[in-house]
Amino acid sequence: MNLDIFAIRPEATPGAVARTPTKIAARHLDFYYGRFQALKDINLEIAERRVTAFIGPSGCGKSTLLRTLNRMYSLYPGQRAVGEIVFNGRNILEAGVDLNTLRAKIGMVFQKPTPFPMSIYDNIAFGVRLYESLSPREMDERVEWALTKAAMWDEAKNKLKQSGMALSGGQQQRLCIARAVAVKPEVLLLDEPTSALDPISTAKIEELISELKSDYTIAIVTHNMQQAARVSDYTAYMYLGELIEFGATDELFLKPRRRETEDYITGRFG
Amino acid sequence: MRSLYSRRLFVNRFNLFMSLLTMAFGLAFLFWILFTLFAAGFHAFSTDLFTQMTPPPGSKGGLLNAIVGSLVMAAMGTAIGTPVGILAGIYLAEFGSRGWLAPCTRFINDILLSAPSIVIGLFIYEIYVFRVGHFSAWAGALALALIVIPVVIRTTENMLRLVPDSLREAAVALGTPQWKMIVMVTLRSVRAGVITGVLLAVARISGETAPLLFTSLNNQFWTTDLNAPMANLPVVIFQFAMSPYNDWQELAWAGALLITLAVLVLNIMARVLFRQTAPK
Repeated sequence: MNLDIFAIRPEATPGAVARTPTKIAARHLDFYYGRFQALKDINLEIAERRVTAFIGPSGCGKSTLLRTLNRMYSLYPGQRAVGEIVFNGRNILEAGVDLNTLRAKIGMVFQKPTPFPMSIYDNIAFGVRLYESLSPREMDERVEWALTKAAMWDEAKNKLKQSGMALSGGQQQRLCIARAVAVKPEVLLLDEPTSALDPISTAKIEELISELKSDYTIAIVTHNMQQAARVSDYTAYMYLGELIEFGATDELFLKPRRRETEDYITGRFG
Repeated sequence: MRSLYSRRLFVNRFNLFMSLLTMAFGLAFLFWILFTLFAAGFHAFSTDLFTQMTPPPGSKGGLLNAIVGSLVMAAMGTAIGTPVGILAGIYLAEFGSRGWLAPCTRFINDILLSAPSIVIGLFIYEIYVFRVGHFSAWAGALALALIVIPVVIRTTENMLRLVPDSLREAAVALGTPQWKMIVMVTLRSVRAGVITGVLLAVARISGETAPLLFTSLNNQFWTTDLNAPMANLPVVIFQFAMSPYNDWQELAWAGALLITLAVLVLNIMARVLFRQTAPK
């Protein structure tokens, strides 16, 4: 089934924002862990080259939603998604989607830094080698480019041959972002990327997100509402597997339309 | 208050004392064995041991053919058993989350792991030696490989299970095909542990007697023919130690000491290697 994503009218999905082209659209998305339903009828559009934040209390389904966008859940038996997620005009939940190609286009960074057991250079070159064959010189340039993008080049340029496991937590996380950026994906999914980091590393990564959004579509899950307010253009508030409110970040934080959203962001709940 | 404290102090000291006592009891026998081995075997250590063949009773000789035979068969057994064990271990750890095949394999592997080695020797005798009609080094290597496989399967699976799923997800999130993720990321992050498992398996087979008794038997002479019976340390020790001849008995002690030292070195190597690159 080939869907034109621009045909989705904004008023068809409550709270949807359609001022910029839509990169990923979820429609009537349900998600199940075995029999437990973790997402209920999610409809939302993620705008191209913008930052969309997912907030909500623990267990509300925001990470689950992020993991459906690159079909990470398919690794585990018993987890399944029903509905549609349209990316580049194709429903990625359909059978027959090449997951490896999909994931090469939709990069992901996790809560805990996950450097591979190899050198800093190889950590970044690993993903690039999967889909491109570059000359050694081009690869050097790509590694430098990715590390620069992730604000890591100055710290890493003299120890590219050292193990990525030997870096500090904040550096490891920026290495992981560089690794995700290096394969030039179209979308970056960030799953609480700063929750294990100190404030300085957090600030660096937040700056990075603002810079990256000129080239990439970014979706970020965060527990930190100030972070969502600082870095995102659009915010989705989720609760118990439902999308309660979705809109421009300024509007959602300043004058939320729903009572539940207001309670959460003012700290009266959750 | 005070009496409670002094009672706890007493209980603590009593238990500590008993623990130390039992530890000393166990270690005493271990050191006794080592001491006996050194006392009886060390004076038989000479260059002859490593340059001469096993002698007929009453004449001088060494253990060269047995040492080489043991090395050859242990190497072959490891070379056959290691790839099979690692691949099966990968299957159990990385693909074993669905279906009935993996739990079944794991269960059978546990049985194989604790199977008496004499059963394995008899098995190879029945399916190989009996059909071919003669004992051979190949049969010995096959029997040893059957002992290596379950050990390597178990350690490979256990080590791979220590790899957090987040590392697998990180690799998959880049669009990595599963086989590449396993070879380049997960297996690589536990390679020290897997090599340790292989070394421990080698240590285990270097002292096995029963499986070789039924397969490779023994050979008084130098041979490199894998289709002929081949000498090996455990069976030579078995034969020489049971004999009434003094010089044979001494060679048996020397051989026993040699095996023990080899196992000790392998264990130390495994520990050093594992400690250097243990997963954090």
